[in-house]
Amino acid sequence: MAADTVTAPKRLLRDRIPVVHQLRQSMGLQRGMLVAGLVLTGIFVFIAVFAPIIAPYGFAQLRDADGPFGSQQPPSGAHPFGTTVGGYDVLSRTIWGAQTAILVIVIAVILSIFAGVILGLISGYLGGWLDRVLVVVCDAIYAFPSLLLAIVMSIVISKGQSNLWGGVFAAAISITVVFIPQYFRVIRAETVRIKAEAFVESAKVLGASSGRIMFRHVLRNATRTLPLIFTLNSSEAILTLAGLGFLGFGIEPTAAAEWGYDLNKALSDVSSGIWWTALFPGLAIVLVVLGITLVGESLNDLADPRLRGRRRVAQSAGEVAETSVVPGGTLTAGPGGLRGLEDGESFDEHGIEVKS
Amino acid sequence: MRALLIIPTVFILVTLVFVLMRSTGDPITAALGGRLPADQLQERIAEAGYDRPLIVQYLEYLGQIFSGNFGTTITDNRQVTEILLTYGTATLELVFYSLIVAFVIGIPLGLVAAYFRDKGQDAVLRVFAILCYATPVFFAGLLLKLVFAVWLKALPVAGRASTGAQIQMEVLPNETGIYTIDAIMTGDPAVLGDVLAHAVLPAIALGLLTAGVFLRLVRTNVIGTLSTDYVDAARSRGVSELRLVRKHAYRPALIPIITVIGLQIALLLGGAVLTETTFEWKGLGFQLSEYLQARDFVAVQGIVALLAVIVAVTNFVVDIIAALIDPRVRY
Repeated sequence: MAADTVTAPKRLLRDRIPVVHQLRQSMGLQRGMLVAGLVLTGIFVFIAVFAPIIAPYGFAQLRDADGPFGSQQPPSGAHPFGTTVGGYDVLSRTIWGAQTAILVIVIAVILSIFAGVILGLISGYLGGWLDRVLVVVCDAIYAFPSLLLAIVMSIVISKGQSNLWGGVFAAAISITVVFIPQYFRVIRAETVRIKAEAFVESAKVLGASSGRIMFRHVLRNATRTLPLIFTLNSSEAILTLAGLGFLGFGIEPTAAAEWGYDLNKALSDVSSGIWWTALFPGLAIVLVVLGITLVGESLNDLADPRLRGRRRVAQSAGEVAETSVVPGGTLTAGPGGLRGLEDGESFDEHGIEVKS
Repeated sequence: MRALLIIPTVFILVTLVFVLMRSTGDPITAALGGRLPADQLQERIAEAGYDRPLIVQYLEYLGQIFSGNFGTTITDNRQVTEILLTYGTATLELVFYSLIVAFVIGIPLGLVAAYFRDKGQDAVLRVFAILCYATPVFFAGLLLKLVFAVWLKALPVAGRASTGAQIQMEVLPNETGIYTIDAIMTGDPAVLGDVLAHAVLPAIALGLLTAGVFLRLVRTNVIGTLSTDYVDAARSRGVSELRLVRKHAYRPALIPIITVIGLQIALLLGGAVLTETTFEWKGLGFQLSEYLQARDFVAVQGIVALLAVIVAVTNFVVDIIAALIDPRVRY
């Protein structure tokens, strides 16, 4: 990036805000997918924030002024989505579930970004035995079935039973451990690449400390792919949370509403033909994950000129020439290749992030 | 050289699981605490050696694992390796069937998506691929169960075989535990049909997860290959676009699939835990979730460590196969 400052015109602010820039860049179907994803995600966030206002009942409410709700009641006027085997209102629990999900995502992603970015920076910049050990450990964790690791972690943290904050934190930290290797790998690869840049060299010559170089010079240049991993991880966080809940490691129904837990309770309902207890929490998971993934996928595609819409590629042919002549060549390319990297090429031709 | 990484990988995973599980306290209190009087509890803890320093226990544990002993469960006093032998075949069968589903659905659809790149069909297929990923396997399983087993009554609700078929297979002299093979050995087509019917829904539920991954992978790779020089050369000779996809770009696009199968195994085993719980498919995952409910953490630790070893070994084998197939990959 620094190599370009002389030739490249300064980009407008609206082009530098992550999602807005991509939205302007996209067109046709790709824009459709991005917009659909943003809308779904927006609805999800809205429902999560305003759950107390939107939901007709509390998530642990069993009765109202007219008496108890009753167990496994089919959808009706008072309970549009019916009631569960435990006598809760399905609609309310589905709405409140959004709040639990978003809490877990936010905590998990923030924690794993912190840990992953710091470890990746230090490991990539300092190198040596620490780097090797961290890489091997992260690769080992990465190869492990993430749900199993999350199970082990949630046993460690909560021994399986939990209240709202205990449960949310247990789930979030379990998920964090699973995610750290992903951030670690991406940031480390970027750091190793950036370390060889001239501006790092000149900072060294000027006598800047390692810490200053890492956090002032390298970090800012290494975080371009984060929004992308962020979206992909958010959807994985929801799925892991639901998986934990489904296996009975969820949050107690009186503490918070959690979709996976509700699906676990719906397991026996389905065999007797009761569909409403499973359908709605399940659909909520699918729609939220779909929305977030659509956003992530679109960002990924837009970052890769070979996957971007054809007309768009033709418009910026200069960039493409550098990235597509040698597949994956940008990573080893000299100053010329950097221009291509500007748009976020740390994903190879398989759409998988590149390890160095 | 990279192949040697399997040793530290297994070592790290086993250590990690041990440290994490034991940092919560001893497993006997976790499983039986509150149900036994304190002095009996202490007695059992001492008997199992959980009152010794952690490092001693760790070294002993490593030694045991090295000799193939993954521990004995607390609740029903069985060897973890015995659980693997009894239930591993069921999981193997499920994973195998779901891989078939993934191949049959994912690869052709991936080719179609690449052929119709950036057109309507492509968009539909890509959303389908994302849906495959976005739908938790247990929700997919519940829906399939509801529609095909409960409403249409076309397929069985749960289990690996009906009781009649199970009895017929149990009397076999050399039962393998892999029901498909056992069913063939009974020589009764009704038994085979029964076993296969039971496998359909779980295999689809779990297979769709991987099918989406395969679809996207084939699509991206075929599109990538379509812009290479040799495909351009063929195109300039007048080879039709359909033939380019089917003949020229198809094969090189399959190589990455073999490499990702290694990662998919981890995903499939995680998914198998959920699928088996949904369909009461009595495999390793079903057992794991039973032991989780019972808070038998020795059993959980054993099964998880065992699965870690399986994943590491599979990755290792897949890496070697990939190297054999693709001359560009060499270690």
